[in-house]
Amino acid sequence: MSVLALPGRATAVRRAGPGWLALLSRRKTTMAGAVIMTLMVTVGLLAPLIGGDPAHMEVAGRLAAPGRVHWFGTDDVGRDVWSRVVYGARLSLLVGLSVVVLAIASGVVCGTIAGYYRRLDNIVMRIMDGLMAFPAIVLAIALMAALGPSVVNVIVSIAVVYSPRVARVVRGSVLVIRETAYVEAARALGAADLTLIARHVLPNCLSPVIVQASFVFAAAVLTEAALSFLGVGVPPYVPSWGVILAEGRLYIQQAPWLVLYPGAAIMITIFGLNLFGDGLRDLLDPKIRGLATERQRAA
Amino acid sequence: MKTYVVRRLLALVPVALVVATVAFVLIHLAPGDPASVIAGPDASRDDVQRIEKQLGLDAPLPLQLVRWYGRLVQGDLGQSIFLRKPVTDAILDRVEPTLLLTLFAMAVSVAIGVPAGVLSARYHNTATDQAVMVVALLGVSIPNFLLGLLFVLFFSVWLGWFPVAGYSPLEYGWLKTLRSLVLPAFALGLVQSALIARIARSSMLDILREQFITAGRAKGLSERAVIYKHALKNAMIPTVTIIGISFAILISGAVVVETVFNIPGLGRLIISAVLRRDYPVIQGVVLCIAGLYMLINLAVDLSYLIFDPRVKYQ
Repeated sequence: MSVLALPGRATAVRRAGPGWLALLSRRKTTMAGAVIMTLMVTVGLLAPLIGGDPAHMEVAGRLAAPGRVHWFGTDDVGRDVWSRVVYGARLSLLVGLSVVVLAIASGVVCGTIAGYYRRLDNIVMRIMDGLMAFPAIVLAIALMAALGPSVVNVIVSIAVVYSPRVARVVRGSVLVIRETAYVEAARALGAADLTLIARHVLPNCLSPVIVQASFVFAAAVLTEAALSFLGVGVPPYVPSWGVILAEGRLYIQQAPWLVLYPGAAIMITIFGLNLFGDGLRDLLDPKIRGLATERQRAA
Repeated sequence: MKTYVVRRLLALVPVALVVATVAFVLIHLAPGDPASVIAGPDASRDDVQRIEKQLGLDAPLPLQLVRWYGRLVQGDLGQSIFLRKPVTDAILDRVEPTLLLTLFAMAVSVAIGVPAGVLSARYHNTATDQAVMVVALLGVSIPNFLLGLLFVLFFSVWLGWFPVAGYSPLEYGWLKTLRSLVLPAFALGLVQSALIARIARSSMLDILREQFITAGRAKGLSERAVIYKHALKNAMIPTVTIIGISFAILISGAVVVETVFNIPGLGRLIISAVLRRDYPVIQGVVLCIAGLYMLINLAVDLSYLIFDPRVKYQ
């Protein structure tokens, strides 16, 4: 589009162009990611319908190999692994979504405060730096040690670990946006700080935040599985992929299906999230494609 | 340059202060009175009081915090409640396997990740590139503990090539140690090599678009010389950063992988401490790893001075 295009025409062009959903579906890998995610959400939501009672024990049929009755076999106390994996999807979904909501909300608040009110920047960001000086899993373990094992505490711990990372991204965007001409114009018109932030600054930070959300979701699912695998995550009676793997580790010689099925579930889920996240990022954040994102992924 | 180093060191102080405070707060985060939480539900009044005294929990909170900073400055991490020895000793006893595992995994991840990334960039948009990238994306999608379990299943249970679990300390011969660490190191390192490959590839691609590369090609340099002499050297700058960060990531990954292979390192130490509510040990290990993490990040930043003469720090 030429620079000289009239504003009216520009809007017309935009309206005629494909919507973001259409853009997202252009890439096959992104679509594959979306399909995997939809599958996971469906399985998680329909868990009570497609799976049996994950806590029901049949001690007589313990460590049974996968077959017609028990698709994924049974574990050491005769619980159906299929039902447990299906309910595990539900837990991962719950943890992933809750962590995203919590981490994004607190990250956006802290990041906006740091970016917008320059006097508070130093103190807020030093605290965030301090939290980020801990490797993610180590801080999560430590917080779980303090809070005690429960699903809510797992969510809170992981959210605390990831919100500084969100805050840093938001602060970066706010710093740029607050210097733009339109924010200055709005301020000249007498807009209050809160109006400025809510109407002009935050909506323009949305893209990087959405990209972050996809990273945080994948990280939350992984961290929950790791914590539960280590025995410091959800209590052992909650069906979680990590818990099933931890139990399966003890019977890996007699009953490899205890490791293979929940393992495949984790892998496929994270793979789908990564595919979808990559597509989302390329669409929403064309500027940070390449190196910067890889670094973000590493952090 | 000297002022830059000093400035970076000074910048560590507030971060270290926050880290120390977070570690201090841990013990007070637990709902209820910390001493009785540590002592457990069936402890007697005397036990609770003994722990309260031992940890100095009877003093007012601000005083406790000041004492905590004071002790940390002297390198004193306190006494383990369960192991009945200083936390620093407990950590030193367990540091060998974790450090060796991390270094081994690091070697694996660099040896596989960097060549894979360079290859992928050189043959950009070909089948080689796509294959490497799909494998790398699969790699970043497998958690290290899961890969470890799968390795145990294939290489130990089914093929019988390696021990299922366990660690042989250096004093029984380094070959045995190496053998006991092969599977854990690959489980840990392969996941990281996927990340390194992705970064090496994108930084290579960025560099290959630069003008000096075109100039090199225009003056008739061989493609080999362009890629390996001119591009690789410049592409290494972001890659070195990631290798440094990788070390930090691998150390925390080792904490998890140790559980899979029953390796008595820092990871087992902190997990068993969590299960026994041995807070001084938890605080000690957390501080130790965070401290290492900070120092590595500092070293990475300072390494730019060597790798990239263009970077001048005021």
